[in-house]
Amino acid sequence: MAKPRAYIMVPVDADTVIIGAREVKSRFSAELGRRGLADEVRVLEVGSFGPTNAGVIAAVQPDGVVYGRLTPADVPGIVEEHFVKGRICGRYVLPREYPPEVPSDDDARRTQQVGRVVLDNCGRIDPERIEEYIAGEGYFALGRAVGEMTPAQVLDVVEKSGLRGRGGAGFPTGRKWRFCASAPGDVKYVICNADEGEPGTFKDRLIMEGDPHKVLEGMALCGYAIGARMGYVYIRGEYKLSIERMQKAIDQAREYGLLGKGLFGSAFDFDVDIKIGAGAYVCGEETALIESMEGKRGLPRLKPPFPAQCGYLCKPTNVNNVETLAAVPAILRHGADWFRSMGTEGTPGTKVYTVLGHVNRPGLIEVQAGITLREILNDYAGGMASGTFKMAHLGGTAGEILGAEMLDVPMDYDAMQKVGHVLGSGAILIMNESVGINDYLDACMRFFKHESCGNCNPCRNGLHALCGITGRLKAKEGYPGDVALMEELVMSLKTVAFCPLGQSPAGPVMSALRYFRAEVEAGVDPTRVRPKPAHSHLEKVELGV
Amino acid sequence: MKSLDELRKIRDQVRKDLELRGGQHRAKVVVCMGTCGIAAGARETMKAILDTLEAEKVTDVAVVAAGCQGFCEQEPLVEIHLRDAAPVRYGHVDAEKAARIVREHILGGHTVDELVFG
Repeated sequence: MAKPRAYIMVPVDADTVIIGAREVKSRFSAELGRRGLADEVRVLEVGSFGPTNAGVIAAVQPDGVVYGRLTPADVPGIVEEHFVKGRICGRYVLPREYPPEVPSDDDARRTQQVGRVVLDNCGRIDPERIEEYIAGEGYFALGRAVGEMTPAQVLDVVEKSGLRGRGGAGFPTGRKWRFCASAPGDVKYVICNADEGEPGTFKDRLIMEGDPHKVLEGMALCGYAIGARMGYVYIRGEYKLSIERMQKAIDQAREYGLLGKGLFGSAFDFDVDIKIGAGAYVCGEETALIESMEGKRGLPRLKPPFPAQCGYLCKPTNVNNVETLAAVPAILRHGADWFRSMGTEGTPGTKVYTVLGHVNRPGLIEVQAGITLREILNDYAGGMASGTFKMAHLGGTAGEILGAEMLDVPMDYDAMQKVGHVLGSGAILIMNESVGINDYLDACMRFFKHESCGNCNPCRNGLHALCGITGRLKAKEGYPGDVALMEELVMSLKTVAFCPLGQSPAGPVMSALRYFRAEVEAGVDPTRVRPKPAHSHLEKVELGV
Repeated sequence: MKSLDELRKIRDQVRKDLELRGGQHRAKVVVCMGTCGIAAGARETMKAILDTLEAEKVTDVAVVAAGCQGFCEQEPLVEIHLRDAAPVRYGHVDAEKAARIVREHILGGHTVDELVFG
């Protein structure tokens, strides 16, 4: 095949498939073929560029032109104008800042792309061709680790890098690996948690869809470091394209001998398989995930023992989030100090966020850890699309709601903790003044109630009661005392619920009260009288006295 | 996969493809391909440029098509943008001249004075 002069890169991910990305892509191929340009211009399927409100995108490289909001019917005109006559079709071109991830020759790489760790290949390589991953130094970290380093050395590098779990909790990854590495036993497992259930979080999906081999390499490195020979990717069933692309990546890696027996001529065997979840929120919790993998109902286990001692099939198991594992190959390639040169002291490296809500440019971004919410909002998300900033919900429904006074707090695990917040999984939902806090809280509580697995009584019944309160507040029919009761309920859930699901409502509720107490209390109707419960001892419970 | 060398071989084969998609190029060649340019043979000119670049194993030069610039009489027109230098425009560039421009201007760094138009 002749060397192409240009590439048309069409990001195909689960969102764009729905709006016709594949049709646009095949129309491009057909039109180029008709014009005899098939050799000169090649059409590629790549991962997401980031923005989620630009429709079907086609980027032309090296021209540095990005067309957006395309339908198949637009394609013949573009091919004729751009590729036959050499004229850029202005009316389809996205504004300059879209998408920041596509490098152009004219302006030097924008700040957005500097130091991308996890998403460096996303939207640049064909995720279904292992050769393109290898061309970007892919699998070299694994090759060097297996050939030139001991497992303990790999572990040391990861520990020294200060990488922390990107699933939300921020637990130091190196320490987690060490627990598992030092656990007795010959059979150990690596699990990649791709259950990603937090509403508004879809970074893991786009990582898997855009650069699946990076996740596999990270898993293999983890396997080498902790002494596991088998890994599983637990992907929720709704992520059809992720499952497809991960499976294709696994097949290709096996074909090349990058998974399987005796990697790089060493004695290290490692293979990966996919387990498909059924889409239960609670299965993102690592012990419920393990139960689900074992074919049981997805209920959390009592800890301890932790998965590092007794996990999948009661063998030592290490569970990491997709983004965490995807950061590992780069750390091994460039070293711990390089990783530490980015981000902050407590949270080195970068963080991938999905920004959505009332912003101009919703989508996927990767930024240095520790930049402020204001910078994310203004520099990356293009500012508010309408209204003024009222609040941001970080980390999905289980995360915390931040008011405008928190816009300048650095977004790293420690700084957030210092001001009494958690960073969470990476969703940032930005809302303007049109969103009522009571409406929003009610939506959150109904989500929890729906997703409660019903295993423990506090969560099952507590969320039911909470929804009653938030429903009343939303309708401005709250009983006097409802707000205090809500506080007490979420705080007791936080103490007694069996797993993080039941403990989570405290996050959004308490943080909402911290910034918007007056507005929450405005949902109370002082003239209403709480109906007397049938039994007097219940009255005491319900009034919270 | 038995060794890193094997991996290196694959990397070096495919890397060239990827360079075109990245942001950094040593030079940009703009071939004017309006109706006038195509009628005057811009397609052959572009092909000659691509073939010469491939023959010289150059991968970090972007070849881009552009529309009519208003100098239809001078077509095929080719513009060479070297990094940190003002663009140079050549007129009446046929396949043979195109190859010469690639070798002397892009690779050699010297403007081919007798072919320059504006």
